[in-house]
Amino acid sequence: MSMPFYVAPEQVMKDRAEYAQKGIARGRSLVASTYDQGLLIVAENPSRSLHKISEIYDRIAFAGVGKYNEYDQLRVAGVRHADTKGFTFSREDVDARSLANVYAQFLGNVFTHEMKPFEVEILVAELGADGRPDQLYHIAYEGTITDEDHFAVLGGDAETINQRVTAAWREGWDLASALTAMAGALGGPDRVLRDGDLEVAVLSRQNGRRTFRRIADEELATLLASGVDASEALAASDAGEDAAGQGGAGTDAAGRNGSGRDGDSGTGAAEDTPEGA
Amino acid sequence: MFSPGDDPGPDFAALLRRSGSPAGPIVAEGAAPFRHATTVVALRFADGVVMAGDRRATEGYSIAHRAMEKVFPADRWSAVAIAGAAGPAVEMVRLFQVQLEHYEKVEGVSLSLEGKANQLAQMVREHLPLAMQGLAVVPLFAGFDRRRGIGRIFTYDVTGGHYEEADFQATGSGGRDARTTIKLGYREGLSRAEAVELAVEALYEAADEDAGTGGPDLVRGIFPLVAVVTADGYQQAGEPEVAERFATLIERKRSERPGGVSGGGEPG
Repeated sequence: MSMPFYVAPEQVMKDRAEYAQKGIARGRSLVASTYDQGLLIVAENPSRSLHKISEIYDRIAFAGVGKYNEYDQLRVAGVRHADTKGFTFSREDVDARSLANVYAQFLGNVFTHEMKPFEVEILVAELGADGRPDQLYHIAYEGTITDEDHFAVLGGDAETINQRVTAAWREGWDLASALTAMAGALGGPDRVLRDGDLEVAVLSRQNGRRTFRRIADEELATLLASGVDASEALAASDAGEDAAGQGGAGTDAAGRNGSGRDGDSGTGAAEDTPEGA
Repeated sequence: MFSPGDDPGPDFAALLRRSGSPAGPIVAEGAAPFRHATTVVALRFADGVVMAGDRRATEGYSIAHRAMEKVFPADRWSAVAIAGAAGPAVEMVRLFQVQLEHYEKVEGVSLSLEGKANQLAQMVREHLPLAMQGLAVVPLFAGFDRRRGIGRIFTYDVTGGHYEEADFQATGSGGRDARTTIKLGYREGLSRAEAVELAVEALYEAADEDAGTGGPDLVRGIFPLVAVVTADGYQQAGEPEVAERFATLIERKRSERPGGVSGGGEPG
């Protein structure tokens, strides 16, 4: 009779975590943020039909990064959970917190008990109603659940993107400027993401019962263009007021990098140096 | 999560069955009075379909509810109206609405109008055992077919048979009178206003002849529910608009017969 090799549980967990992280790092990232009419989710995704962002329920959206088949499985499970709950009880009783817990339980179980962990990170976003705040639950591959404020970044490059979003984020900004800033943060200083590289959806208070809506094609291109115009104008006026050190940040990468940082010029420029160099 | 062989796919009703939800038929022995819903009509017009239903629910010989809604949005581009036993009918509509939305969310695309009509047919068929015990539900389904760019109407029988109607249909206890009224006033390419007017008149005539159908309740300000489905989606006609149509209709009826509307008998 052969004895299996002893492997310390710490080592097993470490190996699994590493495996999952590698899988997630291979994919592209996504950002979610609040804006004046609700919640905006922007993902880098060149596919028009394989979605990273989808509708779960009236006020709840789902977004995932990592392995497509795995987060899609989670998405369908979420739709089922929400619809069954809403049908059995009432539509008001479906909430993101409980759904996020179900996801966290499931991912945690898979991480400890299955051969292979899920190589995904997911986001459950809920648009607040009746004065309750919007909610962003970020759930990692091992079931860790984080309740994020204002914005959330998921994916392999999350830390860098997080810094860029932190620098750019403003309270109550409109859709066009939020979208342009998010696209700028996803792309970074060296890349410009166009409408064809992005998947965008909103949970908007203007959409009636089902608040989820995709923004694509022409609408997306127009919004991106208007956002760039607005931030270029803003950057130009900033540069006029405060000429020292501003000209450089405003002009590089066709103004998009500058657009991601407008309104927070001092820290933005300071952070730019270590990453850019 | 389901294993691949056990997965219900985008079918919400199958999901409910699989997760052991109590969806089985109730057995109704004896004849306890249950609520009945009555006349609903649907007709096509130039831009889509108009669907309307009266507001009365009866329990035996008494009126159970004066402001019942019998026309519902099935999804953004279709409407469903019910006639028959109110309890199971409303439940069927609820399941149907969730079913369509569920499919759309899981699959990422909406069902075709034909697909929606078939879905509803399956629900009516599953309801057949209850229908045999006297709890029949006969829905009327209409919507805007976005692939063809036209409004379409489907009617059902208790066995789940469904048939596409060319121009208009009415079901329920006053359906026959409503249908005749529409038949006389119908022509190809009606405008929205004309179609709403015709639907309202049909319900008025049905209420005139049928005890189970409620007419306009001027005292309480309750009017039939009128829904319009076009390329822009489902939209409920506002109460002022419907009230105004009734006012014109009643005015016209009075002016046609200053001595009293026909069928009223001789006074005194």
